[in-house]
Amino acid sequence: MTNGLLELFTIFILAGFVGIEVISKVPSILHTPLMSGSNAIHGVILVGSMIVLGSAHTGAEEALGFIAVILATLNVVGGFVVTDRMLHMFKPRQAPPSGPAAPEPPEKPADGSAV
Amino acid sequence: MSRGTVIDLCYLVAAVSFILALKGLSSPKRARAGNLLAAAGMAVAIGVTFAQPHLDHVGLIVIAMVIGTAVGVPAARLVKMTAMPQMVAAFNGVGGGAAAVVSITEFIGSDPKQVATYKVLEVVFGVLVGALSFAGSALAFVKLQELITTRPVVYPAQQMINAAVGVASLGIVLAILITSSTALIWVLLALALILGVIFVLPIGGADVPVLISLLNSFTGLAVAASGFTLNSNVLVVAGTLVGASGMLLTRMMSTAMGRSLPNILFSAFGSVVTASGATESADGRSVRAGTAEDVGTLLAYSRKVVIIPGYGLAVAQAQHTAKELADALLARGVDVFYAIHPVAGRMPGHMNVLLAEANVPYEELKEMDDANPELATADVALVVGANDTVNPSARNTPGSPIYGMPIINADSAENIVFLKRSMRPGFAGIDNELLYDPKTTMLFGDAKDTLKKLVAAVNKA
Repeated sequence: MTNGLLELFTIFILAGFVGIEVISKVPSILHTPLMSGSNAIHGVILVGSMIVLGSAHTGAEEALGFIAVILATLNVVGGFVVTDRMLHMFKPRQAPPSGPAAPEPPEKPADGSAV
Repeated sequence: MSRGTVIDLCYLVAAVSFILALKGLSSPKRARAGNLLAAAGMAVAIGVTFAQPHLDHVGLIVIAMVIGTAVGVPAARLVKMTAMPQMVAAFNGVGGGAAAVVSITEFIGSDPKQVATYKVLEVVFGVLVGALSFAGSALAFVKLQELITTRPVVYPAQQMINAAVGVASLGIVLAILITSSTALIWVLLALALILGVIFVLPIGGADVPVLISLLNSFTGLAVAASGFTLNSNVLVVAGTLVGASGMLLTRMMSTAMGRSLPNILFSAFGSVVTASGATESADGRSVRAGTAEDVGTLLAYSRKVVIIPGYGLAVAQAQHTAKELADALLARGVDVFYAIHPVAGRMPGHMNVLLAEANVPYEELKEMDDANPELATADVALVVGANDTVNPSARNTPGSPIYGMPIINADSAENIVFLKRSMRPGFAGIDNELLYDPKTTMLFGDAKDTLKKLVAAVNKA
């Protein structure tokens, strides 16, 4: 085992513990946004995809790298946008039940049940 | 400081932002900020990657990113809130696919003779788990989108076949470790894709959210494996974070359903529909169907009404009409709140998102444990498109498939009103005793139409 591997392995183990600790107290209403948010975070594979495409030597590697960057970009942008839309739905507490809603961003009507 | 050090420090900043983001996402107040923080960290990580020395094909990278953004942003923006679970599945799947492709590309680009065995192991793990997550998520998407049946798909000797494919995959893994053959990696990719499909086929629609959470965790691990292959700290940290927290989240979800994870994954739960389609069950009991006028009057003169929403409400896009009804009742001085089962909707928390979309304030939403004591003093439990989550056999019938699942005690209210399309059973595929209860009134039809009629009836009463 080389030192480099040992270093990564140490990071791996510690990150595992952090991952468990950091979400140990999450209310069930946030399970879906949390899943969606962590889904966006593993979109960091985009960094790996960029490195792979950026160091491609053959046509096959280029093609595969190209596909990887597209897929990973989808993961990143889709993940963050969906999560943000979900969380945008959670209104602050002070809104009175009958009061008019705060001004919404233009995409709002398209989201919902108007269709 | 060298350029490499600065780049690595930026990756560290990104990794820390991901940890803080997960922390933020665990609390309603800081959730949105947490997500934005993660997005900012991601932007930093992507930005500094462009500054990596020896990064060729920058034009191609940019083109691919533009394509991904042009497809991903509209898809994420335009999808309806009810279709959110399958969207998460889709975005998870592409992440897994990317991880598998990265691992493969790195492997075929290196000289097999000079690759250490542990390097091959990392690649093999990334390909196997990433591709499984890709295929599994794709099928989960297809199921939730109802392009195929949402019920478990079972066939003879299913477990045997699945086990055989699993063993074959492990055999290929060993062969690759011994020979470092690049040809075999493609065989492994194919087997992993098949494995993903046959793994998800026997899982019913109601359980798919738990499955997506598990596959999300798998993708995280595949990303971590790619991180090992590429020697990238940020990939290892982020992938492992998601892998570990995803496992925990998956367990929380299955606990909320009162089932164990193996039971969800391997029991083909709900594959047999035991209920009849008619309004009369096999032993001759009948249900009482009411009119919207009667129920409207009942609601208008109640003191306390508890609305219990389920997936039917989401399907009918009735969250706004439900709020109208609640507001009409509140205006008459009726005490109204929503009782939310942890797994109401298609994902834990999905129902809260849908009701929040309709501007229902937090205080009117009560979680199951807070709602149940209140139901004993409620005049009406109004069940809108829910079924399994109020089925008393979860409490009373030890042999029932859902026995042990925590439920909302709709049966303890004085009157029970079911808004349902038909007598069809819920996802679990079992009959609901409560429908035949003498206290129960059925209002058949689309939840949104029925709620509209109820609003009119309440306003007239």
